[in-house]
Amino acid sequence: MENNMLNSAFQTIQAEAGHLSSFQQQNWSSFDQWGLPALKHEEWKYTRIRTVFRDDMQVVAEGTGLTPAIIQQHFLPGELSKNAIVFVNGMYQPSLSRVSAPSTELVVKALSAAAGDEDAAFVKQHLGHSQQYHRDGINALNGAFAAGGVFIRAKKGKQVQDPVVIYHFSDAQSGFRFSQPRILVHAEAASEMQVLETYIKIGNEESLTNEVIELCAETDAHVHYVKLQNEGTRSNHTGTTHIRQLGRCNTHAVTITLSGNVVRNNLNMIMEAANSESHMYGLYLLNGKTLADNHTIVDNQMPNCLSNELYKGIVDDQSTGVFNGKIFVRQDAQKTNAYQSNKNILIGEQASANTKPQLEIFADDVKCSHGCTVGKLDENALFYLKARGIPDDKAKALLLHAFAVDILDQIKNESIRAYADQLISARLSYSE
Amino acid sequence: MPEEHEDILEQVTTSEYKYGFVTAIEADEAPRGLSEDTVRFISAKKNEPEWLLEHRLKSFRQWLNMEEPQWPNVTYPKIDFQDIIYYSAPKQKIAPKSLDEIDPELRKTFEKLGISLDEQKRISGVAVDAVMDSISVATTFKDELSKVGVIFCSMSEAVQEHPELVKKYLGSVVPATDNYFSALNAAVFSDGSFCYIPKGVRCPMELSTYFRINAANTGQFERTLIVAEEGSYVSYLEGCTAPQRDENQLHAAVVELVAMEKAEIKYSTVQNWYPGDKEGKGGIYNFVTKRGICAGSHAKISWTQVETGSSVTWKYPSVILKGDYSIGEFYSVAVTNNYQQADTGTKMVHLGKNTRSRIVSKGISAGKSQNSYRGLVSVSKNADNARNFSQCDSMLLGDKCGAHTFPYIEVKNNTAIVEHEATTSKIGEDQIFYCNQRGMDTETAVALIINGFAKEVMNQLPMEFAVEAQKLLAISLEGSVG
Repeated sequence: MENNMLNSAFQTIQAEAGHLSSFQQQNWSSFDQWGLPALKHEEWKYTRIRTVFRDDMQVVAEGTGLTPAIIQQHFLPGELSKNAIVFVNGMYQPSLSRVSAPSTELVVKALSAAAGDEDAAFVKQHLGHSQQYHRDGINALNGAFAAGGVFIRAKKGKQVQDPVVIYHFSDAQSGFRFSQPRILVHAEAASEMQVLETYIKIGNEESLTNEVIELCAETDAHVHYVKLQNEGTRSNHTGTTHIRQLGRCNTHAVTITLSGNVVRNNLNMIMEAANSESHMYGLYLLNGKTLADNHTIVDNQMPNCLSNELYKGIVDDQSTGVFNGKIFVRQDAQKTNAYQSNKNILIGEQASANTKPQLEIFADDVKCSHGCTVGKLDENALFYLKARGIPDDKAKALLLHAFAVDILDQIKNESIRAYADQLISARLSYSE
Repeated sequence: MPEEHEDILEQVTTSEYKYGFVTAIEADEAPRGLSEDTVRFISAKKNEPEWLLEHRLKSFRQWLNMEEPQWPNVTYPKIDFQDIIYYSAPKQKIAPKSLDEIDPELRKTFEKLGISLDEQKRISGVAVDAVMDSISVATTFKDELSKVGVIFCSMSEAVQEHPELVKKYLGSVVPATDNYFSALNAAVFSDGSFCYIPKGVRCPMELSTYFRINAANTGQFERTLIVAEEGSYVSYLEGCTAPQRDENQLHAAVVELVAMEKAEIKYSTVQNWYPGDKEGKGGIYNFVTKRGICAGSHAKISWTQVETGSSVTWKYPSVILKGDYSIGEFYSVAVTNNYQQADTGTKMVHLGKNTRSRIVSKGISAGKSQNSYRGLVSVSKNADNARNFSQCDSMLLGDKCGAHTFPYIEVKNNTAIVEHEATTSKIGEDQIFYCNQRGMDTETAVALIINGFAKEVMNQLPMEFAVEAQKLLAISLEGSVG
């Protein structure tokens, strides 16, 4: 990739990176060394990711000209704008963000600041752990811009009442915008928090968001994470959500993809403590020429854990849904229960689905299963509804909505769920 | 445990691989190493026509530019392709004109393996093509088969007697460029079986090939081609063994099946190459390319395999469902013990309309072995109403082995219905307890449960084979419990 702007943006951010400069430099070298993955790369087999990293991408080391008024216009209503963390073009903007939770419960600060204060040891230890699972130039490139990121910490024993909502703005008014947000979340022992990530593109040009978020949960913590993608057809996304269970805890992730050009989501659940529990749910509702690629990894390292995964896809028009779910059960992880399921409905005549549920098991006393299906709408169910006077399009909408509700129900926060449901119902022309 | 019982157990566990003997027979060998000269040597030995030599040389040149695949989930030391003898044929004093003239030493070898080359003594009515190292030793029941028009002979014979058929179909399903080992095979293949079932004929008996590696330091590269014309049916069995040696030996075969309109081919394999000893020393590298094509409508190809041998297996019997309404099936039991590694599965490529496929794979891992299922179900744009069902179950015996599944599913047609399910578990303690309680010792109980687990696949085997395979299954896992 030949991009002078990228190089100069790196030099700018590197000059002010302070404690993160060696981390950034390392990643920049790795990016140089590894480059962008080709189709031959097994993990990128179905996604032509190189095409979205363009030479004319606009990259900056600071946020630009979006006024607070424009930003606030896109805030979600009610509790979803109380703890609003704003990124513009991949850079954390403290002045545009607002945090209403008291500082005794929730700490939010620039990642570069956290790398130099009382959180320094934590940052040093955990920032960049996702690279052990993604040794590619994409993850490394994000790491080279880590100083623009944010650090979030839920304090020990505290329950953060309102969801922490991370708004990612991309200013694509004057050209192809490239943003690289970086987030590190620390849920201390017995804390509880909900995190929502959502993406907004301003302007009509194309964009690419290359994100890495790493969440670490300690003993007895509850982390509930939702990623909602509805950025429009001219937006590309490569994101990694890396969740580490440092102590016995419960983590829950829901990923919903409604639009985009090329969207790639990596979700890793690293279960490092015994007796933990994790849940992963995903929904991709695709039309047009969208390609959505969900890669998940569950790494069971210790005994007596439970992991459960369900991804569902509705694939219309000429879109493509990709699912690749890996479950590792290490030799020590006896008594693991790991379940995985992927269900796809193909609607469009030119739609396609590629799925690969993958199990790698090294312990014997386990119960693991995976299943996947690709098919069309159940004709008997459709006939049943039509026989009762429900018109064809309504009947289809009803069935598809019911298919999607399985995932929606997994969003615990009511406001987030209602918002997602509203988007999905509108897309399916479904009304109650 | 009573003493007598212990003795029996001792006997069984120490003589695990009963086919590990070597036959002392003089062999006619090619010089060690691989070059264009080797290829020319093999071709000249077999008195081959010019086009076949050209085909071999072309494949060889392509092979030189290819790289050994790294993606399978197996590890083994790099193969030195210059350290292999590519052609080794047991020397026979005179060319046998009839079965009675076969070298008694050879005859004894096959008798020891339980394969009788005496037609009169056979009651089961299975025609056998016996292959030792690089050449076919004997083919039985030829006359009887030719009465109905079935051609069943060694590949070398086919090249001489039916060159037009061989030329037409050789490499049509697995082209030389398909992969590293198929290119190698196309360059140096020595023998194998050829089978042609004419239109409308239902082959009157089971056809079978028995492969035996005998000479040391050799590689076996056989090539099998089965063509079933319109409306015909054939059931084909394949078995194999090798002597017990400390070095690894390479076996890189290619099998091609062609099924025309309404034809059916049933291909069964019981693979029992030497798996190496308890420390993982020695054993056969089994790198095989098997593929069939349902060229006409309503054709059917069914693969059944019982894989218990080989130290490393790399094998994906596939079906290309080109004809409308064609059917592909794959039934597999793969057992790995000690340090064995298996990466096996299938590919079902749906191209025609209303095609169906079914995959049933059962993996059993014990000891320190690694067992992987790798499969592809692909539905192309025009394959309307394609239907697939896959099931792959793994069973783990012991906490040092691994079971892995890599199922690829690619669907480009919205009328397709594809289902895949997989489970991994161990034998339940309650199941063992139930058997113990009824007076069965644990080992017998495990054998019983394993047989039940594999039943769905075993049922697909022809009867003579099924009995054999069940015993094999029990022996392969001997000593892995408790």
